[in-house]
Amino acid sequence: MKLLYFAWVREKIGKSEEVIELPENVATIADLINWLVEQGPEYKQAFAAKSTINAAIDQTHVSHNTQLNNANEIAFFPPVTGG
Amino acid sequence: MPIRVQTENFDIQAEIEKLRQDRRDVGAIVTFTGTVRDMAKGKPITSMELEHYPGMTEKQLSEIEQQAHERWPLLGSTIIHRYGKLEPGDNIVLVITLSSHRQAAFEAAQFLMDFLKSKAPFWKKETPLKGQANWVDAKESDTDALTRWGDETSKQ
Repeated sequence: MKLLYFAWVREKIGKSEEVIELPENVATIADLINWLVEQGPEYKQAFAAKSTINAAIDQTHVSHNTQLNNANEIAFFPPVTGG
Repeated sequence: MPIRVQTENFDIQAEIEKLRQDRRDVGAIVTFTGTVRDMAKGKPITSMELEHYPGMTEKQLSEIEQQAHERWPLLGSTIIHRYGKLEPGDNIVLVITLSSHRQAAFEAAQFLMDFLKSKAPFWKKETPLKGQANWVDAKESDTDALTRWGDETSKQ
């Protein structure tokens, strides 16, 4: 599964994307965040304010309780500030 | 209906003509242009870097545009958003709506901008005259703006 990071989430983690093997007990976006936080201090810092992080599954906005199912691409980013 | 995400500037008049071509049923053309301010939170800025999520940006803008066309009798629309490095005074975003009458064109343009601001995956990083560059915080008022259009997902 491909993970993408944008803006300050990307800067804190130190990379813009990576491919991971999804652990079996990770079913939702919230589970994935909890798992990522354990992968290193940079992830812990990036997801420190969990509720402010937005997520997208296959380029569609989703809430943290959304099931990952067979997602190809999951992105994490701060609230958007375009326009 | 053109949607473009690009680094280069846009020519508003040329974009209007491209959209309108030679049709004669258009009675109202509304354009909105967003530009870079030279101040952020009372402090001067020298530039801004706009990042986006290629693929998702275009997808979100298409969905927003489609919704506008379902709600209003539009004869055409254009959305152009720039990314990369921009300086005060530079254009950031252009929305054009065409309709037979002004109300639909005005409302649809506002709807498109309101949705773009809270759904399109763009992030601004400002470089102040003094000190470090910093990411712009999202405004509550931008999400609140969606509630007037009856958007439930804005409460997500």
